[in-house]
Amino acid sequence: MTLRPFRMVLLLATSLIPLALVAIFVFLAHYSWPAIRFNGLGFLGGHTWSLGNLYANPVERHGQQVPIGANYGILVFIVGTLSTSAIALAIAIPVSLGVAIFLAEGLNARLRPVLSFIVELLAAVPSVVYGLWGYSVLTPLIARDIGPALRGSLGRIIPFFGGSIGSGYGLLAASLVLALMVVPIIAATVRDGLARVPAETKEAAYALGATHFEVVRRAMLPMVRSNIIGACILGLGRALGETMAVLMVSGGALNYFPNNIYSPVTTMASFIVSQLDSALQDPTGMAVRSLAEIALILFIIAVITNMLARFLTGSSRHVSSL
Amino acid sequence: MSGINWILAGFAFVIVAVPLLDILYTVLAKGFSALSFKLFTEVTNGISGGLLNAITGTLVLVAGALLIAVPVGVLAGIHLSEFGRGRFGRLVRFLDDVLTGVPSIVLGYFSYVTLVIGMGWQFSMLAGSITLAIMVVPYIARFTEIAFSQVPNNLREAGYALGLREFTVITRIALPLALPGILTGALLAMAISLGETAPLIYTAGWSNFLWSGRLIHEPIGYLTYVIWSFINQPYRSAHALAFAAAFLVILLVLLTNVAATSLLRRTHPIRPGR
Repeated sequence: MTLRPFRMVLLLATSLIPLALVAIFVFLAHYSWPAIRFNGLGFLGGHTWSLGNLYANPVERHGQQVPIGANYGILVFIVGTLSTSAIALAIAIPVSLGVAIFLAEGLNARLRPVLSFIVELLAAVPSVVYGLWGYSVLTPLIARDIGPALRGSLGRIIPFFGGSIGSGYGLLAASLVLALMVVPIIAATVRDGLARVPAETKEAAYALGATHFEVVRRAMLPMVRSNIIGACILGLGRALGETMAVLMVSGGALNYFPNNIYSPVTTMASFIVSQLDSALQDPTGMAVRSLAEIALILFIIAVITNMLARFLTGSSRHVSSL
Repeated sequence: MSGINWILAGFAFVIVAVPLLDILYTVLAKGFSALSFKLFTEVTNGISGGLLNAITGTLVLVAGALLIAVPVGVLAGIHLSEFGRGRFGRLVRFLDDVLTGVPSIVLGYFSYVTLVIGMGWQFSMLAGSITLAIMVVPYIARFTEIAFSQVPNNLREAGYALGLREFTVITRIALPLALPGILTGALLAMAISLGETAPLIYTAGWSNFLWSGRLIHEPIGYLTYVIWSFINQPYRSAHALAFAAAFLVILLVLLTNVAATSLLRRTHPIRPGR
């Protein structure tokens, strides 16, 4: 056995990738451990986030030094994260399927790359720019036009769409921006799946007398079903972890649940950013550790959703769909 | 019946394309009218002044990230392509995918805990660049792997037949052919780093001053911070700076993306026997 330094260097660099994932988990878990012990399961079920009295001497509770009255519950942010992501996906999935079918089958070959490029461009726009657009264009539009129109139509039937519209910042704005950010992920994956359906399958469906759209719906879409599910989970992962765009349009709710689709909300990811300054004022450091606990939960959610998505879409990845 | 379905599919495309065009139009129009010579010559002063500190800061952070991520990513990609058929290779490829899916704010908080607090670096250029590097290494590794696996095997075999060593075959024969693909990956990694915000808020901090060259113990400014933070200020000058910063960011990101895509389109895998 000869020592091969070149291979050793390659192996070392490769090991950094799994090592990074392990390090993220270990260090976040280690740092948030006092918070995990202090908060217990009430962390997930509590709906009050309070830093407590930062000017009085800290007291000892559950074996940890914490400010008097400190309480860390993130149920409001869990609800905010799940509701924005769910509404975003409810909008994005049908739209993405339409876009994918349109791009893969509805165009002649010459137009296809040009219009595909537009969808790829959507994936390249930085999330803070989505936030800027949401802040300066979308939220005024919701307050002035979209909100009143929704309330006047759907709001008459479903109470969740009625009530006060407010300033435009909130659940609806965050969901719409998220939907826009998730569409290119789902659409590109499904489009690539449709493009790989063998010509024989399509021809067989045509031979049975199917129209073009029947071929797409009855023969092609069922073949890429697992791609579609995987792509949706991938999009869900993206939506759950999105930070800046949501932060800039969600209005920021602390300690109350959304009561209609226009209510301000806060997601777990955006809460981490918005709270750092306040949390740093806590002399015991428990607030910063509780934020680390949120980051740890987000990490675990991301790992699970991505594993599910990769198992379903298989290991095939496409350079063009990045 | 079928016609309605096609119209619906086309409509889906339109409701995606219209917001995108409006994003580009809004940022480019409002950003362009906020452009001035001062932006490139003066540093930020409270909520007015120029963007020199942010522009140079972004370039420094991105350059630092690529300096770390490109060697690591390229070496990992070579390993995956040339020796990655076993179980370890499959595992790394899978975890590589998982790492791209970790939210950037989680990476930022990880670096905050380990580098900013743990190592005592405080908000600094190095902490920011390392965080961005962790984010983009998986992309570079994957692009390198694809580029190397497209190099036909008979070229490698020809090298070995001439008595070349493994190192020479990989660096002198495969690497030149894989270079365009690697470059595409690096450009995409650059585009991603240019537009990131969340992981930098916790690691790079923000500074009104020009970067003095210190790797640690000194916060550094960047363009995306201006977009996020200044748009929330109730002043016209702050909004103008935010849109000017967004204009520069989107211009840089789009140019880098177009360069990466055109590079990808122009390089065809070499046919064996040519």
